[in-house]
Amino acid sequence: MKLNLLKSSNKPKNSESIWRQPLAVVGIGIIATWTFLAVFAPWIAPFDPNAQDADKFLSPSSVHWMGTDELNRDIWSRIVYGARISLPYSILLVFLSATLGSIVGAISGYAGGKVDSFLMRVTDIFFAFPGIVLAMAVAAALGPQIRNAVIAITIVAWPVYARLVRGLILNAKQNDYVTASALLGSSSRRTMFVDLRPNLSGPVFVLASLEVGNALLLLSGLSFLGLGAQPPTAEWGAMVSMGAANFDRWWVGLFPGLAILTAVLAFNFIGDALRDALDPRTAKALRD
Amino acid sequence: MEPVLGKQGLKKRLLSGTGFTPFIVRRLLTSILLVIGVTFISFTITQLVPGDPVAANLGQSAYSDPAIVAAFEKEFGLDQPVPVQYIKYLGNLLQGDFGVSLSSKRPVIEDLREYFPATLEIAAVAVFLSFFVGLFLGIVSAITRDKLPDQIIRVFSLTGVSMPAFWTALTAFYIFFFVLGWAPGTGRLEPGGEPPANVTGLFTIDALIAGDFDTFKQAFSYLLLPAMVLAIYAIGVLTRFTRASILEILGNDYVRAARAKGLPEYLVIRRHVLRPALLSIITVAGVAFASLLAGSVLVENVFSWPGLGQYAYRAAIGLDLPGIMGVSMVVATVYIFMNLLVDILYRVIDPQMKDSK
Amino acid sequence: MSLLSVKDLTVTLATGSGDAQAVRNLSFDVGHGEILGIAGESGSGKTMTALSLLGLLPYKGRASGSINFNGREILASTKREYRDLRGKEIAMIFQDPMTSLHPMLTIEVQLTEHLLHHRKVSKEAARKVALDLLATVKIPDPAAALTAHPTQFSGGMRQRIAIASALACEPKLLIADEPTTALDVTVQAGILKLLHQLRNDRKLSVMVITHDLGVLSSLTDRILIMYAGSEVESGPTSEILKNARHPYTKGLIAALPGKVKSASKNLTSIEGMPPELGNFPRGCAFHPRCIHAVDSCKNDLPGSLQISASHRIFCPVNPFLSSKEGDK
Repeated sequence: MKLNLLKSSNKPKNSESIWRQPLAVVGIGIIATWTFLAVFAPWIAPFDPNAQDADKFLSPSSVHWMGTDELNRDIWSRIVYGARISLPYSILLVFLSATLGSIVGAISGYAGGKVDSFLMRVTDIFFAFPGIVLAMAVAAALGPQIRNAVIAITIVAWPVYARLVRGLILNAKQNDYVTASALLGSSSRRTMFVDLRPNLSGPVFVLASLEVGNALLLLSGLSFLGLGAQPPTAEWGAMVSMGAANFDRWWVGLFPGLAILTAVLAFNFIGDALRDALDPRTAKALRD
Repeated sequence: MEPVLGKQGLKKRLLSGTGFTPFIVRRLLTSILLVIGVTFISFTITQLVPGDPVAANLGQSAYSDPAIVAAFEKEFGLDQPVPVQYIKYLGNLLQGDFGVSLSSKRPVIEDLREYFPATLEIAAVAVFLSFFVGLFLGIVSAITRDKLPDQIIRVFSLTGVSMPAFWTALTAFYIFFFVLGWAPGTGRLEPGGEPPANVTGLFTIDALIAGDFDTFKQAFSYLLLPAMVLAIYAIGVLTRFTRASILEILGNDYVRAARAKGLPEYLVIRRHVLRPALLSIITVAGVAFASLLAGSVLVENVFSWPGLGQYAYRAAIGLDLPGIMGVSMVVATVYIFMNLLVDILYRVIDPQMKDSK
Repeated sequence: MSLLSVKDLTVTLATGSGDAQAVRNLSFDVGHGEILGIAGESGSGKTMTALSLLGLLPYKGRASGSINFNGREILASTKREYRDLRGKEIAMIFQDPMTSLHPMLTIEVQLTEHLLHHRKVSKEAARKVALDLLATVKIPDPAAALTAHPTQFSGGMRQRIAIASALACEPKLLIADEPTTALDVTVQAGILKLLHQLRNDRKLSVMVITHDLGVLSSLTDRILIMYAGSEVESGPTSEILKNARHPYTKGLIAALPGKVKSASKNLTSIEGMPPELGNFPRGCAFHPRCIHAVDSCKNDLPGSLQISASHRIFCPVNPFLSSKEGDK
């Protein structure tokens, strides 16, 4: 889809504070809860996430709220520890791809001409590329590890930011203040980083917040396929994978999946509210 | 009558003219360039990374025997310099030769012919489902903006895009197969079931062609659950997109003008809002279709659905370069030509549209 | 009895920082066959006034007060009653004919759809009406125009088509929101002439909304000047142009390029910017830009003062100044 920042949207301005949007508040609450669980995992988890014994597949009870898995590890404890993997890595992932994409987009938008068309063709190709297939190939080639899964997804996920930043820069270049600053003799690098940055950081941050959920989905998807976190690491996607192998024990896969769902949903609630709080023109650029 | 043009003149007209044919020629050329770009990138990435395809495909003992390794490398052309491998690959590609899969040891094109229709079948049903459901929910959501139906649909569609597909697949399978017994199980047909005579590779269509209604019913019942799981995400995407584009169009002057005429709301929506919105919604549905092809990896895994996703997964695990590139090519080609198709459709429906980009 | 009688109209809109009044206690009449001009800078509430007549306020907007149309209170109408009113009794044309006509529908559909809906006529009859209308607004080759799309016409032609469409159901009141603003100067005169002619031929009442006093001077019978959602002055056109009393109106007239003789020697402009919605100053909203402002202007809402039977202003200071010594 094309970025179209110049066409103004007639959508009424809706810049209410996100605290007044109930869904955003729910989202913030859920993320705060997961963060709390992740930080204080050793005190909150009732069991060692990797402690095993002879029993297996105990169904949920007052001792094991969410039952136990194949190696009789407590699922609730593993979910609590899993928050230490999924949340920070998805945020790191988004940070990396936003940085990479913004740099490519900034070069493209600022240089213009041949550099711009070359970089945008490359971006087009990455867009056309089946993301998960590429991520799978890279992750498999680098060796199945959570770190490599992060690299693989970064390679897949940067182009959205590149397009956004390029579009914003092209738009801003036509604004008077950039021309004015160029006339005052500031160098192009200075113009790019000092004068434009405040206008770029908002939309990029909102896009990033919208992408955290997707990143978490892809990351746990790779782990589900065995290409991300490796046993015995407690990772939500890998835990669902064990549930898939033993689908008749519903609790093994259900609870870690719900953990993913709630976290992704919460990030999406927040991202949506942030986007709505932006001014409509930028919001439109993000949607397309 | 068209004036006779020299070769140069014709070339110029096709590449920079503003008519319909030059437009298609130009878009077609861009699309082909993009497909080549995709082969280049997948080739580069799989080359740059440190994995060793020989080790991934030969057993431990075979790998320690230099003679076997050399023979394996020779057989699959791995002993040649990388650029030579790429050029050779491209040359073969032009002749429809995707190379030989390292993991299945069969020509990739044969593998694709077998696995692609299986994915196409569930993805097509999923897109069909999600287009209508998404359109309906999106319209309802937009016209009841901020009222209860809108609130419910928004939470619902946001949940749809937030559900991990592999988990949805697992949960759906557990409920509808294991608990309720409504769904038939994994695979495309019951164990030992005879696939219909191969025409399209889509079991449902092939069964209809063969006039075999029992097989049709069976094939359809097997594909319904994976298709529905796959559709959930697309429904979420399409509902959200439909809502957003309708709300945007509702802010247009021409909608205000239509309302100022005192037209009933259903007519305003159907004639003045939906028509322009439909174009962009079809675009998104087209792109969603291509992403479903790739997104089916996780769902196919749960349903043991013998499709492209499963094949891609095996190829990735086995560092099967021709296999990975074959899948990438198919999915990227579908994506790129979906975009092309949509662009052409735009021009046909709305001739006033300017050539984008 | 006037065709339209608006009393104490207040329009409240939802903005990012809560509710804001876009129109405040506005009262005016439009007589049968009369052309009223409403003038003001953007954000003065003139368009919201027009939209409230049709019940077409933007999302989350609401109106209070009283709107009496043709002897009937319409402000509290149901959605259905509003639909029966729109297009049929009160029609509206919009500022930009490039965006107010639907780009994907033929001219025939856009000229006849409301006719078919409101009057339940046959398609053939509607087409005949459409042809007549296109001739009335002087579109060359009406038959060919029917099957065309709006993009095939120039801006001026499109505005003529929009006017034709507004007239299809023979409304009693036509609201024209900045009908010439988006058009080339050369085309503007033609549209104004057309509106004038329609009033004479059809006994149509017209409400023209514009920021351009020049447009009103040649077209309207009466003028109402708005500032920050409120009336500041109203009266017969000639009276306003010759004998404006409110400092704001005087400023507007002084800024008119063609009216040099009635004001000062040079083109002038009013210092400062009009206030934004939601940030209207207390007291008289114009006081921060007014050279005559006194302390009471900052706190007290100005009351109305009749200059003559049909001419009034909302300003406590100005009447006590002699009209000769404009600047003290």
